[in-house]
Amino acid sequence: MTKKKQVPIIGFEIHVELSTQSKMFCSCPADHFAKEPNTQTCPVCLGLPGALPIPNQKAIEDTVMIGLAFHSEINQETKFDRKHYFYPDLSKSYQISQYDQPICHGGYVTLDSGKKIRLTRIHLEEDTGKLQHRSLNGEAVSLVDFNRSGVPLVEFVSEPDLSNSIEVKEFLKKIRRTVRALGVSNADMEKGSMRLEANISIGDPDNLPDYKVEIKNVNSFRYICNAIDYELKRQQKLLDQGEKLTQETRGWNQEKKETFSQRIKEESADYRYFPEPDIPPISISNDLVEDIKKNLPQLPQEKIDQLTKLGIEKRFADHIADNPAHVNLVVALADQKDIDINKLANYIVNGKINPDQSTDQVKKLYLALTDLGITDTKIIEKAVDTVIKKNQKAVSDYQAGNQNTLGFLIGQVMQETQGKANPQSISKVLLVKLKNSQ
Amino acid sequence: MTKKLHQLSIKEIHQGLEKKEFTVQELIEHLLKRIDKYNPDLNIFLTINPNAIKHAQEIDKQIAKEGITKPLQGIPIAIKDNFLTKDLVTTASSKLLKRYLPQYESTVTQKLRDAGAIIIGKTNMDAWAHGSSTETSDFGSTLNPWDKGRLPGGSSGGSTAAVAAELVPVAMGTETAGSVRQPAAWCGVVGFKPTYGRVSRYGCIAMASSTDSPGPIARNVHDAALVTSVIAGQDKYDATTSPLPVKKYHTQLNRQDLKGVKVGLVKEYLIDGMDKQVKKLVLDAAEHLKSLGAQVDEVSLLDPKYSISVYTILQRAEVSSNLARFDGVRYAQDRQSFSEEAKRRIMLGTYTLSAGYRDAYYKKALAVRTKIVNEFDQVFKKYDLILGAVSPTPALKKGASAKNPLFGEMQDVLVEPSSIAGLTSISLPCGFVDKMPIAIQLTAKQFNESTVFSVADVYQQTTDFQQFPDLK
Repeated sequence: MTKKKQVPIIGFEIHVELSTQSKMFCSCPADHFAKEPNTQTCPVCLGLPGALPIPNQKAIEDTVMIGLAFHSEINQETKFDRKHYFYPDLSKSYQISQYDQPICHGGYVTLDSGKKIRLTRIHLEEDTGKLQHRSLNGEAVSLVDFNRSGVPLVEFVSEPDLSNSIEVKEFLKKIRRTVRALGVSNADMEKGSMRLEANISIGDPDNLPDYKVEIKNVNSFRYICNAIDYELKRQQKLLDQGEKLTQETRGWNQEKKETFSQRIKEESADYRYFPEPDIPPISISNDLVEDIKKNLPQLPQEKIDQLTKLGIEKRFADHIADNPAHVNLVVALADQKDIDINKLANYIVNGKINPDQSTDQVKKLYLALTDLGITDTKIIEKAVDTVIKKNQKAVSDYQAGNQNTLGFLIGQVMQETQGKANPQSISKVLLVKLKNSQ
Repeated sequence: MTKKLHQLSIKEIHQGLEKKEFTVQELIEHLLKRIDKYNPDLNIFLTINPNAIKHAQEIDKQIAKEGITKPLQGIPIAIKDNFLTKDLVTTASSKLLKRYLPQYESTVTQKLRDAGAIIIGKTNMDAWAHGSSTETSDFGSTLNPWDKGRLPGGSSGGSTAAVAAELVPVAMGTETAGSVRQPAAWCGVVGFKPTYGRVSRYGCIAMASSTDSPGPIARNVHDAALVTSVIAGQDKYDATTSPLPVKKYHTQLNRQDLKGVKVGLVKEYLIDGMDKQVKKLVLDAAEHLKSLGAQVDEVSLLDPKYSISVYTILQRAEVSSNLARFDGVRYAQDRQSFSEEAKRRIMLGTYTLSAGYRDAYYKKALAVRTKIVNEFDQVFKKYDLILGAVSPTPALKKGASAKNPLFGEMQDVLVEPSSIAGLTSISLPCGFVDKMPIAIQLTAKQFNESTVFSVADVYQQTTDFQQFPDLK
């Protein structure tokens, strides 16, 4: 018997909420985070009878931009479709999504190893409302908040090209970084503006196995990687025992560090897709695509390249490239003679400098951190003498054993030197003098 | 003045108001009295606007001050109960929405209000517009004012009966396939279907979104044209409305004859099973058009029976989707409140959209729809209008729909092709069979409303088939 190929096969569906002004099909605000429930709704996003969707052109253009950034083909003729299922948070009992003519098809993400993770498609749809399960007057109730209903949502579907959690993490980071760089989404896992569904199985990539396990509702990259590692072990063990794996949806329990079954899928859901008759088909002209291409902001990989060329180590560049504002800051300070740009990058990445400030402030902080100050002993000695003379009480307190006054005296010397002296030098001189004067 | 207040057209009401022969309040009070008298029997109105008189008083004040400044100022209008009206319960004749007070106003009714019209009440219809008789209404069938033993047709049967019974001069209906033209034919009034996308569907409870077209019902072609010019136009709330400019259709009714007009008489539409006398009246109408100078030729189109299949599949699919939002979570009623017909349509639509069947049904229907559209395009290369009967029979007797779930489709066989193709068409009386009104329809290519109105107007001006029943 020839041994069957048994390798991990991992694919993703990733949802990213666009940060447009208004919702996908109405003029309600799209920013729904932490807003009073049901205060950002209208007949359209509530799915009231007779209400009709008007597509948000900005959201369509943002999706084209995302497609271009991921090397996708842009469909010149695109359309919306209705995807039907019943759920209390789905106001029309169908979601307006895209079925067979998504805005973008194909595309890929290149990992640092050079491996390409192919994208099947990138399409645009609307988000659902949100259920809140709570107790009201002692009764367990489920409430619906429709503020999120109709927020533009971009869905990435990848091919099952990923092989382990390390690749997964890099892949996810690259997607998040790119949509952030494009300025189209905050892609914030904690706020739910980026959501992941991993499909995991073990088998032959050329002849995909007849099952996949879907992991949903995991809200950090680290946890999804933990879940994938666990899941691959679990599946391998079962396969080794000769068991047959089933199609199911599993969740992740971070405390127990294990996945758990949520729902066994007996057959694939039938969403009864058909073209949304309320929205005529949409043509995306070459001119529009070219225009968006021209105005495409710098992409993270290009940013990393730019930063490393400035002399920044890749590990720092990688981190800084996540935030376009931080890149601009570093680039702006790169040609300053008194700044070692790699050192600045190090400070930023390691949290010694908060980069969300003006370039002037950052430069001052940098100089303060790197400035050794006055180390000339003569000048310091003179200042220390003055301070000891002026602060006899503090000196005697210290000599009586109150260590706390040392800090006070150092501060006084600092003041005496207009803050220019090196604190370590001050402390050295001060200690000697205090000992001697005892 | 020889005519009674309820016999006046829009133009005549405005003339009377200008000459101060009566006030808007008097007109509304007169019509409300008539409604009080006849409505319990005919079951036309589901809701009467309690503020109609107050509204009339306000308009009287406006007119006293500035004269008539708006196209429908002081004109009473009845509204089919599938247009959302903020101050009036809107049910679509379904128990499921029996207490539903809309949170917003439909574009059509807003435009009518802005033009000065007074909504006098909401009219009965087939529940969810599912039918061609009003017999599927959860609130009982409307009766035909010409013969209370007969049906008014549907689904806009309440609105067409309201105009026929002279309870209002004009009313609003909606067509998905024939739901204005067919009841207009059976009630003997003018019913107009605009091009799909000419009039906004915003705030109109959806039946089949890809063919729904709101249209007016009136005493004459002029009034239908006037109301159309008020309600038509692009709507920022309806992505399927056309940006083409709207004409003042009622001011373009200046034809004296039909010289140069080419009319196609579709031989496939003179179907087997059509009442012989109805057929004769249609041929007579063709002769009349000829006598006015039109060229009338026999033309050929795809057998309308294919339209029934296409329409049934597409419409049921869209119905199953559009009604899904009434999921029992909101609107205070669960899905049991759907009546048999709605349930049947939801089931059929769900089936045809299901995986494995969609290609066989939905996709094939879309392909045939394209063929139907192309066929019309070919005919309209040579002809301005297509002439045909609206309904193969006069109004049928009560109970006729109950035995046949496809009753509507059989009734609407002659109006469905033009609906599927999104064309514009008018139904207007062309004679009587068994003392019941019969109608022809004139259909033009998309956005050719002007042609339809101007030819229909000449026809109506030169015939005397536009009559009203004696209600006793």
